[in-house]
Amino acid sequence: MDDRRTPLARARGLGSAKEGVHHWWIQRLTAIALIPLVVWFAISLIMLSGADYAVVRAWIGSPLVMVMLILTIGIGLHHAQLGMQVVWEDYTDGALRVVMIVFTKFLAALFGLGAIVAILRIGLGG
Amino acid sequence: MSVANRPTHRPLSPHLQVYRLPMLAILSILHRATGIALSVGALYLAIWVICASASPQTYAAFQGFNGSIVGRFVLGGWLFSMFFHLCNGIRHLFWDAGYGFELKDADRSGWIVVIVSGIATVLSWIVGLALS
Repeated sequence: MDDRRTPLARARGLGSAKEGVHHWWIQRLTAIALIPLVVWFAISLIMLSGADYAVVRAWIGSPLVMVMLILTIGIGLHHAQLGMQVVWEDYTDGALRVVMIVFTKFLAALFGLGAIVAILRIGLGG
Repeated sequence: MSVANRPTHRPLSPHLQVYRLPMLAILSILHRATGIALSVGALYLAIWVICASASPQTYAAFQGFNGSIVGRFVLGGWLFSMFFHLCNGIRHLFWDAGYGFELKDADRSGWIVVIVSGIATVLSWIVGLALS
């Protein structure tokens, strides 16, 4: 490998964390996955207009819908926190940046897991 | 050149208060804005299924908010954000693959995104209101 950094820079170990490509790629991968999921979800939601509590629960609890909903919310939140990370990186600095990125990721994990548990509870009856 | 002889009409960089942003720039800003809105919307979606799993009363309270004026605006904005971010996201994926970079193509795909997401939003509302 051709390393053009000075010995001091190399010793400090600063520079790219080499996570950028992975972040970029996962953002695109989740984007592609979300195309059919979001179209399916939008159509379903429109069809559910005016549906009451029992109908909505029966819909969420059917096996195929459970799988599709968990995928939509899980991949959607993952894509969202990747995007929000870039937003924080662009507009904030220092400690605030770190705090907001960590907060965003924790929030996505919390709501994502909460939603998955809720969907399973409706479908599997708890 | 002395200060006195300097030409007076020198080009200025775009001044945001008087400069009309090109359509491409507006769409770029809108993509990020709708992305942020949808991030909050994803949490809202999670709250929806959590309320549905909790109890009829909790779900009724959630639906009560959706039915209010504020709720209607939130849902309407959410739906438009979703369609716009979806269409413009597909446009971005084409760019990522190396297609559509010519100004003429980017302009055309931009207008397609605006028209398709606008029609999809209006159509969803018409069908949704007809069903409810």
